[in-house]
Amino acid sequence: MHIPDGFLSVPVLLGLGALSAGGIGLAARWGARDLEDRQIPLMGVSGAFVFAAQMVNVPVGIGTSGHLLGGALLAALLGPHLAALVMVCVVAVQCLLFQDGGLTALGANAFNMAVVGPYVAWAVLAVGRRFRAEWVALFAAGWASVVAGALLAAVELAVSGTVPLWPALVAMGTVHAVIGVGEGLLTVLVVRFLARVRPELVEVGR
Amino acid sequence: MKRWWLVGWLGVSLLVAGGLAHLASSEPDGLERVAEDLDFAEQAEEGGLGCLPDYQVPGHEDSWVGGSLAGVAGTLVVLGAALGLGGLLRRLRREG
Repeated sequence: MHIPDGFLSVPVLLGLGALSAGGIGLAARWGARDLEDRQIPLMGVSGAFVFAAQMVNVPVGIGTSGHLLGGALLAALLGPHLAALVMVCVVAVQCLLFQDGGLTALGANAFNMAVVGPYVAWAVLAVGRRFRAEWVALFAAGWASVVAGALLAAVELAVSGTVPLWPALVAMGTVHAVIGVGEGLLTVLVVRFLARVRPELVEVGR
Repeated sequence: MKRWWLVGWLGVSLLVAGGLAHLASSEPDGLERVAEDLDFAEQAEEGGLGCLPDYQVPGHEDSWVGGSLAGVAGTLVVLGAALGLGGLLRRLRREG
């Protein structure tokens, strides 16, 4: 759901750029406070993995394809603050090196996918922890992070006057509700595997 | 410190970006699909700064090797960026 140049109006772009900058600043502050040195190599490798996985589009059957977004995966491994910052790295490299997502839309894409995704996922994981349903919560976290980003994008498109609100919400919501199932399954799969190899590095379950 | 598994995970990532990505579906992604259905796809503007547009080496769009190199390069750049960010945060923590 990388937004290209030309879809969003200037005020929306500026507003989302400011929100992203603020979000990144807060994430850096909170992330630095909790950072453990052993997490730094994990930040690098998990970010590299998310970038690579995002390249693999899988058809989801409704005339569209989806790929892993990774916000929930990173949140489960690193907590929401570091996850958001690593996601920003991924989105920025995609934009600046590969023209995936418009240059003017970088702030919007960073907000939808990097800033909001990990915190939505983290909130879902926290609820799951309370009900002792962490693996279900992990699936739900992946699904919710994708759908939240898609609905935000729909609102941004509507506020920009590109498309009416309700059709955009319905269309983006429906398509990404399907794509989100893949996100949820992949998130559970990867975190389960890592939890078996290196249980101490997975934030879920602590 | 046992770090072999991290090296292994990085290896898997490089294989995904350099190999598996060739099998990626070229069907439109969710937003592209919606943009076509709701008739605003033509508003998209191409172009930008990136020197490897669409994960290809310019002039070698059909080249399998070019696509692999682009994917591997991107993976390594993200690795470096996220590691650098981690170092930056560590300094921030010390000062804070």
